[in-house]
Amino acid sequence: MKKINLPLTDDVINELKAGDSVLITGSMITGRDAAHKRLYELIEKGEELPVNIKGEVIYYVGPAPAKPGHAVGPAGPTSSYRMDKYTPALLDRGLKGMIGKGARNQEVIDSMIKNNVVYFAAIGGAAALISKSIKKVEVLAYEDLGTEAIYRFEVEDFPAIVAIDSHGNSVLAK
Amino acid sequence: MEVRKIQASVITDTVKKLFMDMNYFIGEDILTALKNAQETETSPTGKNVLAQLIENHKIASEEEVPVCQDTGMAVLFVEYGDKVIIENGSFEEAVQEGVRRAYIDGYLRKSVVSDPVFDRVNTKDNTPAIIYTSIVSGDKIKILAGCKGFGSENMSAIKMLTPSAGIEGVKKFILDTVKYAGPNPCPPIVVGVGIGGTFEKAAMLAKKATLRPVDTKNPDERYAVLEDELLTEINKMGFGPAGLGGINTAIGVNIETFPTHIAGMPVAVNICCHAARHKETEI
Repeated sequence: MKKINLPLTDDVINELKAGDSVLITGSMITGRDAAHKRLYELIEKGEELPVNIKGEVIYYVGPAPAKPGHAVGPAGPTSSYRMDKYTPALLDRGLKGMIGKGARNQEVIDSMIKNNVVYFAAIGGAAALISKSIKKVEVLAYEDLGTEAIYRFEVEDFPAIVAIDSHGNSVLAK
Repeated sequence: MEVRKIQASVITDTVKKLFMDMNYFIGEDILTALKNAQETETSPTGKNVLAQLIENHKIASEEEVPVCQDTGMAVLFVEYGDKVIIENGSFEEAVQEGVRRAYIDGYLRKSVVSDPVFDRVNTKDNTPAIIYTSIVSGDKIKILAGCKGFGSENMSAIKMLTPSAGIEGVKKFILDTVKYAGPNPCPPIVVGVGIGGTFEKAAMLAKKATLRPVDTKNPDERYAVLEDELLTEINKMGFGPAGLGGINTAIGVNIETFPTHIAGMPVAVNICCHAARHKETEI
C-alpha cells in the first residue's frame, strides 16, 4: 500500500502504476455531472472558472447529507464515463488527477498521457467506509447544485487504486 | 362487503421506515452472497474489494447511514387489497409523503430532478417515487420496494426480440448487455431480467426481478436453469468486484416472465449494483 500526498507532483504521478493500491492524504476538489457541464461551458466561452483546477485532483462524488456530528455523509465514487465528454478540456487546464469508478474513453486516456494525469478508482458502493477518510468539507462553488456542488475535501488515507496510470496502462477488466 | 380502514399516516410511516431501513441495513441475501464471493474470489484485489464492501455494510448498519451515497430513485410495487379504504388522505400522497420523510429525516441523498431535459432542478425531497399498483382481492396492502441507483440503471437495456431468436437470442442479449456495462455498474451486480409481455411490461418485470432476493430461484425449473447458466457465463467475463478483475462479476441473475404476443419476445435487462436494496412489507 503506497501512501501519497496531495497536491500530486509530476514525479509521483510518473511512478504510479496501474494496479497500485494507494492511501491518499491532502486536499482535493469534487465535481460530477452538473458541475462538469458548467465548467465546460465556461471553458468553451473562454471565461474564467470559479475554481482554480491547476494541480488539483477531482473526486467524482455527490455525497449523501451528513448526519449531525459527521463531517460528511456516505461519499462513494460515481461512474466516471459520464464526465468523459468534459474531461480533456479540464486536463488541458492543469487537472492532475481524477477519482471515480469504471471505464474511461480513449480521448480521456490520450489526454491523460499528454498531460501526465492519473485516474484512480475508488470502490463503488463502499460509501460509508470511504467517508471515514474525509475529515473536512467545504463548498467551493455552485452551492445551488446541492450534492452536485464543487466541494473541497480534506482527506486522510483515502483508499483508492490506480485504475489508469499516466502512461495509459489500465487495470480495468475489458 | 366488509371493509378495512387504514389511516394514511400508517402508510406514510410504513413507507418511511421501509426506505430508511433498506438504505442502512443491506439485505441478508446480499450480505451472504458477498461473503460467499469473498471466499471464492481468486483475485487478491477482488477479495480485498469484497472485504471492504462487507466492512462498509457493517459501518452503515452500526451508524445507521446509507450503504451508498446514491440512495436512488424510489420504486414501489404495490398489491392493494380491494377491501382497503384509506382514511384521512389518499394512498398515493401518503406513499409520496413517506418517501419524502425518509429522504429528508433519514439523511438520504436527494437525487431526483424535476424535468429530465430542460430544467433538471432537484426536487429536494427525492419525490416523486415511482409507484406501480395492482388491485388484488383482500384487505391487505403489500409493498415491495427498492431504491435504484443510476450507476447501474444507466447500464440497463431492452430489446424487442422476435420468436425466431429463441433461447440463444435471449441469452446473447442478456450477456451482451452485461458485457457492455463492464466495470461501470458497481459489480458484483444483480441482473434482473424480464421476458415477455409488452415493451413496458418486460421492463417492469426486469425491475421487479432486481428486487427478488438473490438466494431465490424462478419457480419454473427451465428458467431456474437459465438463471444459473447465465450467472456462470457472466462470472467468466472477468470484470470482477469493482471491475478490477476477478471471478465474481455478478451475485445473482433473476428472471421474471409473462405471457406475450405471438409475434414477440421482448427482453429487458435491468442491471443493479451489489447494493441491491429491496424490502417487502405488508400492512
